[in-house]
Amino acid sequence: MTPDLTLDCLGMRCPLPVIQLARRISEVPVGGVVRVLADDPAARNDIPAWCRMKSHGYLGTEGTAHDVRRLV
Amino acid sequence: MPLHPVAKQAFAAALDDGWADPARLYTESRRAGQLLDAARAVVAEVVGARSDEVTFCANGSVAAHLAVLGGLAGRRRAGSVFVHSAVEHSAVLHAAVRHTAGPHGTAVPVGVDRAGRVSTSAFADALAAPGVALAALMSANHEVGTVQPVAEVAAACAAAGVPLYVDAAQTLGRAPVPSGWSLLTGSARKWGGPAGVGVLVVRTGTRWTSPYPADERERGRFPGASNLPAIVAAAASLRAAHAEAGAEAARLSPLIDRIRERVAATVPDVDVVGDPVDRLPNLVTFSCLYVDGEALLHALDARGFAVSSGSSCTSSTLSPSHVLEAMGVLSHGNVRVSLHSGTTEAEVERFLTELPAIVAELRATAGVTGL
Repeated sequence: MTPDLTLDCLGMRCPLPVIQLARRISEVPVGGVVRVLADDPAARNDIPAWCRMKSHGYLGTEGTAHDVRRLV
Repeated sequence: MPLHPVAKQAFAAALDDGWADPARLYTESRRAGQLLDAARAVVAEVVGARSDEVTFCANGSVAAHLAVLGGLAGRRRAGSVFVHSAVEHSAVLHAAVRHTAGPHGTAVPVGVDRAGRVSTSAFADALAAPGVALAALMSANHEVGTVQPVAEVAAACAAAGVPLYVDAAQTLGRAPVPSGWSLLTGSARKWGGPAGVGVLVVRTGTRWTSPYPADERERGRFPGASNLPAIVAAAASLRAAHAEAGAEAARLSPLIDRIRERVAATVPDVDVVGDPVDRLPNLVTFSCLYVDGEALLHALDARGFAVSSGSSCTSSTLSPSHVLEAMGVLSHGNVRVSLHSGTTEAEVERFLTELPAIVAELRATAGVTGL
């Protein structure tokens, strides 16, 4: 899948990757996909949790790439 | 939590009366031996065991290591699989790592739901695999307070013929002791006793082999001279805390309800985690979106609130809490509030009044307001 927007958050500590995601998800249309590149161990937990709290779709994680679909 | 007043009195008295080595034969030693026997009888009565099933050891973590590694060693002929919940205390998980570092050791973590509770059927499925030597389930979780279905899992263990180890560190002196276990451990400092006293209870008939070289102390279950004044203080405070547990829970549990409700209502973007009902009476955990956990802890500390966190930025490993991770809940901006006998309603009110502005200020500083 080709994301509509890729955020390079490698090297950032939590909660910065989630903050970047929250700041920039509105740059893609509803239904669009944001890929967050994050290697902080908390990201693989906190990105899906953020999606649940903010009613977005968590698509999955591969390595350091976390894909999120904008739903609202 | 602070020392129970009874612990201080008992400790001071035992320094005078119990300085001698209980394992020797002179008069003072016999007196020390009597104090140790009496302490053991108190713990046995509270946990519903026989005195000779109770062992005192160095601390709660060592007790957990003894339970896991000794329980596995004793059942070596039955197999080498260790089944445990994914949210056990790190002492249990560290013992599991030691076990799996051996030639055949396997550990099978059983996942939990969003509230942090294992499913009895998932646990039973894990028990059905061949070669399960030991199972472990904590009485209640130390980070989120969720009470585990120990009675149901104990029945599943009995049906599978697998001994169950219950880490009761969070509930001894605070809630009724569950039944159906073969091994049980506790930590004196968690019930208002001194640090440096752990309790291991091995039910008669349980196959258990000490992972330590044995000597004549503690029936060969834990070596070396014990810290008798601390043990006497631990037993006295356990008896007191156990007697006061009902009244204390009735006082603290509504305060936890109040924190859960008010934090959810007054702090935006907050995840109050753990089971809201079937939980410890004294503990609540929540996570604030976009907030740095360490900054939040410092801000609260500066206002006189001593709280803990499961956020990765507050841990030495920079990894988030394995409990929050297993539950799939937000791990950053995490705050764990534990109430104890000295906590007043006024302090809880002040916390609830000041928290929303503290979180708002941290979010404003980080430029994340309104995200």
